[in-house]
Amino acid sequence: MSGNMNLTLKVWRQKNKDSKGLLETYNVKNISPDMSFLEMFDVLNEELITKGEEPIAFDHDCREGICGMCSMYINGRPHGPKRGVTTCQLHMRSFKDGDTIVVEPWRATAFPVIKDLSVDRSAFDRIIASGGFVSVNTGNARDANNIPIPKDDADTAFDAAACIGCGACVAACKNASAMLFVSAKVSQLALLPQGQPERYMRVQSMVGQMDEEGFGNCTNTGACEAECPKGISLSNIARMNRDYIAAGLGSE
Amino acid sequence: MSSFTKMFSSSIGNKILVALTGLFLCSFLIIHVSGNLQLFYHDNGMAFNTYTVFMTTNPLIKTVSYILYVSILFHAFKGLHLAYKNKKARPVSYAVTNASANSHWTSRNMGVLGTILLVFIVVHMSDFWYEYKFGHLPFVKYEKNLTTGEITSSPFQGQISGKQEQYVVEAENKEVTIVKDLYAEVQEEFKNPLMVALYVIAMAAVSFHLFHGFKSGFQTLGLNHKKYNGIIRFLALYVFAIIIPVTFAAMPVYFFLK
Ligand code: SF4
Ligand code: FES
Repeated sequence: MSGNMNLTLKVWRQKNKDSKGLLETYNVKNISPDMSFLEMFDVLNEELITKGEEPIAFDHDCREGICGMCSMYINGRPHGPKRGVTTCQLHMRSFKDGDTIVVEPWRATAFPVIKDLSVDRSAFDRIIASGGFVSVNTGNARDANNIPIPKDDADTAFDAAACIGCGACVAACKNASAMLFVSAKVSQLALLPQGQPERYMRVQSMVGQMDEEGFGNCTNTGACEAECPKGISLSNIARMNRDYIAAGLGSE
Repeated sequence: MSSFTKMFSSSIGNKILVALTGLFLCSFLIIHVSGNLQLFYHDNGMAFNTYTVFMTTNPLIKTVSYILYVSILFHAFKGLHLAYKNKKARPVSYAVTNASANSHWTSRNMGVLGTILLVFIVVHMSDFWYEYKFGHLPFVKYEKNLTTGEITSSPFQGQISGKQEQYVVEAENKEVTIVKDLYAEVQEEFKNPLMVALYVIAMAAVSFHLFHGFKSGFQTLGLNHKKYNGIIRFLALYVFAIIIPVTFAAMPVYFFLK
């Protein structure tokens, strides 16, 4: 078909957590510009399987930009060259025939490689878990608008809640810092009335867990915000810092 | 652990300390550059030399300057320590990175710029601060004619009592001021083109370091607000990345060309 492309891929292959990996070169042919980046990997894996080789392990689930699994560091940027998209939503039309594309896993101490492009992001789960509970009444569902929330606050909380936990912020950050992710999780509750009772406790435990996981220290480069597929804003980090300072100064 | 210790030993707490010391150093630069403008006076250094006496003897300023020295050391070494920890947070580096697509290079090179500044500060302090305090600077005598207001200066060879650095006497219509001649030291230093080059390079580093650092400090302290971000960015660019470093750099260049 016309318009289809031939590409050279350099893909990180790594047997397991402890082995040393390396970039392997593959040539893929006749790739349609309408394919997603992951579909292109499916094609390559089919070929590898047919040849009796080990397919490339990579994470994916929804393939519609909402689960945050498809972690690929493409040509030096998480989720590739486009802003505001995940790898599954990146299409091959963003590349040209003959391009060489380097694909690496997220790299961070806190995200150890499991195999090839697949990394262990359970550090994020532990950070969320450390945030603990939110005291809400159980029982019957409440009526809508029972708790008045200013529209702006609801919107800002919603924007923060759009974080899909993909880890692109960590991958993009030169310090492998998780501040954008953690601040989104802190903010989505800190902005709402339901989040107030545990607000300061929560920020302290989540930051504590973040530090324990071995993420780096934020230097406000802003790379996370630029690469976040969900447009999570740096103002969340400032909010988290404010809450953290308030918690430290105010708590006993 | 008390909540303070816990806060200041966390990643955010560390950054807060770096931000606070950094912004304090920024405020110091405003004082330092304004005071040093007196180097441009055509008075053979009288204003500058007497100002130096004030800055090194006033108890309040002395206290603040000790806080300043501690801040410089803390800011530098904490910054380097964090940079080291950040390296460890990514043990295997990427084969390909395209960082310019998502961040400004100044923000990614604060450690390098800061190290240049640390080296510069060591040279700068040993050439002027150390010389002034512990070296053997010559004294200079300024004589002001109280009727005409005319000032003449001449080297002062004799001894002045004790450790006194400024000595004022009024005699027969004349006011005589004897001070350590730091101005002469400045003039001497900047005859050397290598020194001038070092200062100009260091001021470029100041510019880039503060362009990111000034804004970054506010963000770290949680001060990110639509209404004020504009002014913070404006100050970072015009005051801290342009006016202050350019004015400082003009001083060695001025003496070199003089
Ligand atoms: S903040 Fe953005 S980049 Fe980071 S995990 Fe959430 S969605 Fe992904
Ligand atoms: S696979 Fe779910 S976001 Fe990409």
